[in-house]
Amino acid sequence: MMNLSAHELSVARGGLPLLQSVNFRLDAGRALMLRGPNGIGKTTLLRVLAGLQPPLSGRLETTSDSVAYVGHADGLKSTLTVSENLAFWASIFGQTGIQAALERFNLTSLQNRPAGMLSAGQKRRLGLARLMVTGRKVWLLDEPTVSLDATNVVLFTDVLRDHLDAGGSAIIASHLDIAIDGIEKLDLTTLRVDLETVDFLGEALL
Amino acid sequence: MTALLLRDIRLAFRATGGFGLALAFFLIVVVLTPFAVGSQTELLSRIASGMLWLGALLACLLSLDRIFALDFEDGSLDLLATAPLPMEGLVAVKALAHWVTTALPLVVVSPLFGLMLSLPSEGFLPLIVSLLLGTPALSMIGAFGAALTVGIRRGGLLLSLLVLPLYVPTLIFGAEMARRGMDGQDYTTPALLLAGLSCGTIALLPFAAAAVLRVNLR
Repeated sequence: MMNLSAHELSVARGGLPLLQSVNFRLDAGRALMLRGPNGIGKTTLLRVLAGLQPPLSGRLETTSDSVAYVGHADGLKSTLTVSENLAFWASIFGQTGIQAALERFNLTSLQNRPAGMLSAGQKRRLGLARLMVTGRKVWLLDEPTVSLDATNVVLFTDVLRDHLDAGGSAIIASHLDIAIDGIEKLDLTTLRVDLETVDFLGEALL
Repeated sequence: MTALLLRDIRLAFRATGGFGLALAFFLIVVVLTPFAVGSQTELLSRIASGMLWLGALLACLLSLDRIFALDFEDGSLDLLATAPLPMEGLVAVKALAHWVTTALPLVVVSPLFGLMLSLPSEGFLPLIVSLLLGTPALSMIGAFGAALTVGIRRGGLLLSLLVLPLYVPTLIFGAEMARRGMDGQDYTTPALLLAGLSCGTIALLPFAAAAVLRVNLR
C-alpha cells in the first residue's frame, strides 16, 4: 500500500526554485531519508509534503489528513504543563490517551512540569511524543534528533520502528544516520536547481 | 475546536498570558479622563459614553498582535495548519478566544467604569448592549489584521495602522448608540447597524483571514 508519492515535484522558497524533478514513492512501512547539505531545500520539501506551501510544479499524491509534521520548533506553550501540551494536541487530532506517548518518551515523571522549564532535549522529546498522539500515518520529520542524546536517539528510533511496523511511514531530513533496516535514501544534491540556467527573476519580480 | 478555545483561554489566564492587560489599560483611561477634563461633571457625563467606547476599542487593539504571533513564533501555527481543523475555523476560534478573554471582561466592567465617569443612569443599558453588539466585530477585524501581519516581527505598528481605519464604523455606530441611549433617544438604528457589522465581519472575515494566513505560512 502506498502512503505518499511525488511525481516531478519542484519546490521553491520565497520565489526561488530550489529542487526539481523530485520523484519518490513511499510505501506503508517504509522510511525515506532526505540527504543534502544545509540550504538545499530539505525543510522546504518537507513543508510542501505537509501541505504548508504549494509545489512550484509537479504532482503530490497523498490521502488527505494523513501527515504529521515535526518542524524545527516544537509548538509547545511554555506556561502549560507537559501533559496539558500533549493532551491539547491529542484532542486537536481527535485522539484520546496520552499516557502511552508520555511513557514511551520517558516523560511521565515530568508531566506536571511547565514546558518552559524543560531542557532542549526534553522539549524535543515532548515534540516527538506529539507524533504518537496524532494518529497520522505519514510522519514528516525535520531534523528530529536535534538536541537528543545518544540514549534518546535510540529511544526515538525504537518508536519510529514500531510506527513503521504498524504500517506507518516516515520521511526524515537528518544529518545523522538512523539505524533502521531498509531505510531508503534520497540525495537531494543531484536535484538542485542550477540557478544560472533558470530564469527565476521574471517570476520573483512579479 | 473546543480544545483550541479552551487552550487559548487557559493560556490567557496563566502568567504572561496578557489577560489583565486590556482591562488595566481601560481602567487607566477611565481613571485619567476626569483629571484631563477637569472638575466639570456636566461635561464629563456628556462625553462618558464616547470615552468608554474609545477606551474599550484601544484596549482591544492592545492585545491583537498576540492572536497569531505567539503561535507563529513557537511553531504551533504550522502544526495547527496540518491538523484536521479548517483554517477558517481556526481563525474564528482564535477571534472568539480573543473576544472572551479581552472584550467580554471590558463589557462586564463597563457599568462600573460608567459610574466613574458619571454616566447618566439611563445610559448604562444602551452602553452595555452597544459594547456587546460591537466588540465581536472588533475581535474579528483584529484577527484579520493579525493574520495579515503574522510573519512580521514587531508588526504591532503596522497592525494598528491597518486595523484602526476598519474600526471606525464600529466606533461610530457604537458610540452613537450609547449616546442616544444616554440622551433618552431611540437607538434602534445604530443598534441594528452595529449588529449587522458584527454579523458581516463574522461571516466574511474568517475566509479572508484564512486565505491570508495560508499565504503567510509559506
